[in-house]
Amino acid sequence: MQKSRHDVWVGLFVLIGAAAVLFLALKAGNLLTLNFDETYEVAAKFDNIGGLKPRAAVKSAGVVVGRVESIGFDDKSYQARVVLQLEKRFAFPKDSSAKILTAGLLGEQYLGLEPGAAEKNLAAGDTITQTQSAVVLENLISQFLFNKAADAGSPSAEPTAGGAKK
Amino acid sequence: MNWLNPAELGLFVRTKLVDLGEGARLFTRLVALIGPTFGRMRLVIDQLFFLGNRSLSIITVSGLFVGFVLALQGYYTLQRYGSAEAVGLLVALSLVRELGPVVTALLFAGRAGTSLTAEIGLMKAGEQLAAMEMMAVDPVKRVLAPRFWGGVLAMPLLAAVFSAVGVLGGWVVAVPMIGIDSGSFWSQMQGGVEVWADVGNGVIKSVVFGFTVTFVALLQGYGCRPTPEGVSAATTRTVVMASLAVLALDFVLTAMMFSI
Amino acid sequence: MPSSNAVPSQATSPLIELRNVTCGYGERVILENIDLVVPRGKVMALMGTSGGGKTTVLRLIGRQLQPMSGQVLLDGVDLASLDAQGLYAARRRMGMLFQFGALFTDLTVFENVAFPLREHTNLSQAMIRDLVLMKLNAVGLRGARDLLPSQVSGGMARRVALARAIALDPDLIMYDEPFAGLDPISMSVAATLIKDLNHALGVTSIVVSHDVDETFLIADHVVFIANGRIAAQGTPAEMRASEDPLVRQFVGGLADGPVRFHYDAVPVAEDFGVGAAR
Repeated sequence: MQKSRHDVWVGLFVLIGAAAVLFLALKAGNLLTLNFDETYEVAAKFDNIGGLKPRAAVKSAGVVVGRVESIGFDDKSYQARVVLQLEKRFAFPKDSSAKILTAGLLGEQYLGLEPGAAEKNLAAGDTITQTQSAVVLENLISQFLFNKAADAGSPSAEPTAGGAKK
Repeated sequence: MNWLNPAELGLFVRTKLVDLGEGARLFTRLVALIGPTFGRMRLVIDQLFFLGNRSLSIITVSGLFVGFVLALQGYYTLQRYGSAEAVGLLVALSLVRELGPVVTALLFAGRAGTSLTAEIGLMKAGEQLAAMEMMAVDPVKRVLAPRFWGGVLAMPLLAAVFSAVGVLGGWVVAVPMIGIDSGSFWSQMQGGVEVWADVGNGVIKSVVFGFTVTFVALLQGYGCRPTPEGVSAATTRTVVMASLAVLALDFVLTAMMFSI
Repeated sequence: MPSSNAVPSQATSPLIELRNVTCGYGERVILENIDLVVPRGKVMALMGTSGGGKTTVLRLIGRQLQPMSGQVLLDGVDLASLDAQGLYAARRRMGMLFQFGALFTDLTVFENVAFPLREHTNLSQAMIRDLVLMKLNAVGLRGARDLLPSQVSGGMARRVALARAIALDPDLIMYDEPFAGLDPISMSVAATLIKDLNHALGVTSIVVSHDVDETFLIADHVVFIANGRIAAQGTPAEMRASEDPLVRQFVGGLADGPVRFHYDAVPVAEDFGVGAAR
C-alpha cells in the first residue's frame, strides 16, 4: 500500500473520533458502572408492581446490588412475578423483603431490598416471600377520601390507622 | 409536464422507476466493493481526509454552540420544576440520541456532500470518467467506491465528536456560567445515559446516515448532466434529498430503537 | 461466443473494421450502414461536419457505444462477443486522446501518466518512474512532471494526455480533435508528434479533426463522413483533387454547398412580409 500524504492527519482524525466515542461512553454514559460480575437469579411476587420496568435497579441501603431482569404475570396466584439478577458478591438472608420504591418524588421506580435475619442465604432460583407492592396513587387518594368521609361521618371514631401503606 | 395526461404520467413514473432501479444497482455495487476498496487503503485514507478532517472545524464549532444552547434552554425549563441539575442529562441525551447523528448528517450533506457531487459531476463533464473507462479502469471502483466508504467511516466519527464537544459545551454553560454543581451535572448524566441503548444507538444512526448522505451525493454527481447547469442542479438536489432522507430515516430509526 | 479467428497475416489485415454499422443515440440515428476499414500502422483521418458522427465512430471502437446493427471488429474479433475480461483486454490495446485532454485534475502530470501503469501493471515504483519519464520525454514534457493540470496550458495538457495514452504502448491511438483551440506552434507540435509516434511505435492512429491543412499533412488515408454515411475516402492528394461537391466545400472551406448555410426556415418573403398579397 502506497503512503498517502494525508496519513498522519487521518490517523489523528480517527483518534479524535474514537476518543469522542470513549468520552461519551465513559463520562457521559455509564460504561464504568456496568459491571460484568456474575449474577444469580431470584424471584419475587408482588400484588402490584406499579411503574417498575425491566432493567430497573435493585438497591439495598441505597446502593445498586442488582437489576430487574423481567416482569411477568402469574395467572395462578394473580400476582406479578419479578425476576431479579443479584450480584454474586452480595448475599442476602432468606427472609429478606423486597419493596417497590420511588426515586425522588416523581422519579423512576426501583426495587429496594431489606435484609432479614435468617441464617441461610438466598440461593439462585429462590423466591422472596416478603414483598410490599408499589404505591398506586389512585388507591392512595381513594383511601384518603374514604378516611376523610369516615372522619366527617363519625367525629368520635378513633383516627383510622389506615392511611397509605408506606 | 401535464399530470392529467395518462401517457405523460405513465412515462414519468416509468422513468422514476428506472432511476430507482439504477440507483439501487449502484448502491449494491458500492456495498459489494467493500473488499477491493479497503484493499487500496490509500484511496480511502485520502477520502477520509477530504471528507472527515476537512469537516472537523464546522462540526466542532456547531457542536459547541448546540451544546451551549441546549444547556441554556434546558436550564430555563428545568429550573421551573426544580430539576435544574438534570440539565447535564438533558444535554447528553439530546445530543447522543438525536442531535449528534442528525445535525452532523445535515452539516455533512451540506459540506462534504456537495463537494462530492460537484467533484464527480465536474469529472464527468471534463470527460475524466470516460477517459478512465477507455483506459479499462472502472470509475465506480476507482473513484466512487473509495469516496463511499470514506464517507461511511467519517460520519460516525464526526457525530461522536459533535456530541462530545456538545456535552463539553453544555458543561461550560451550566457549571461556570449558570452555577450548577459540576458533580451533579456529571452524575445525573451518568445515571441516565445508557452506553448501549443511547450511545450505541446513536452510533448506529450515524452509520446509517453516513451510507445515506454519501450515496445520495455520489449518485447525483455520477448521474448529472455534464454541463455547468447540470452540476449546479445536482449539488442542490444532493442537499435537499440527503437532508430529507436523513430526517425520514431518523424517524424510522428512532421508532425502532427507542420505543419501549 | 467468439467469431472464427483465423489469424490473417498481421501486416496487411486491418486493425479495426466496421461492417454495416448503424448507430445512434436513443431514437436519433447518426451513422447508417457504415463500412469502414482502418489500415494497420497508418494514420487515418476522420473528417466531416460537426455532429456528423466522427466522434461516434471513436466511441464505437472503444465500445463506449454499442451499434444498433452491424459489427465492430478488432483484429477480426467482434467486440460484441467479448465478455468483461475480453473488453478489458481490448481496451488496453487502445489509447484515446480526448478533446481537451481529460487529465485527472487532482493528480500531477507525473501521476496522470503513471495512472494506467499503476492500475494495470505490478511494476515497481522505479520502473514506473522510468517509463513515465520516458513517455513524458517523448512529448517533450519531462520537466513538467510535478505540475498540476491546472498549471499547464491547453496545448501542454494535450501532450500530457498523449503521454498518458501511450503509457501502455497501445496498438491503436485515437485522437479526438487534437488540434482544436491550439495556437499554430502547438498545432504543428501536435501534428509532428502524431506522425512521429505513428512511425516510432508502429501504432495505428485515427485522427478526428476539422483542421484540413494540418491533418492532410500527416494523414495517410482520409475518410469523410456526412449525413451518416461515408461521403468520400482516399489519400489527401485524392481529396484535394476530388470533384465531389461536399468534399470540395469542406476542403475549400466554402460557406455554402451541400452543407447548407441557412438553417431550415420559412422563405424570406414570408418572414418580412415582402411581395405577399395583402
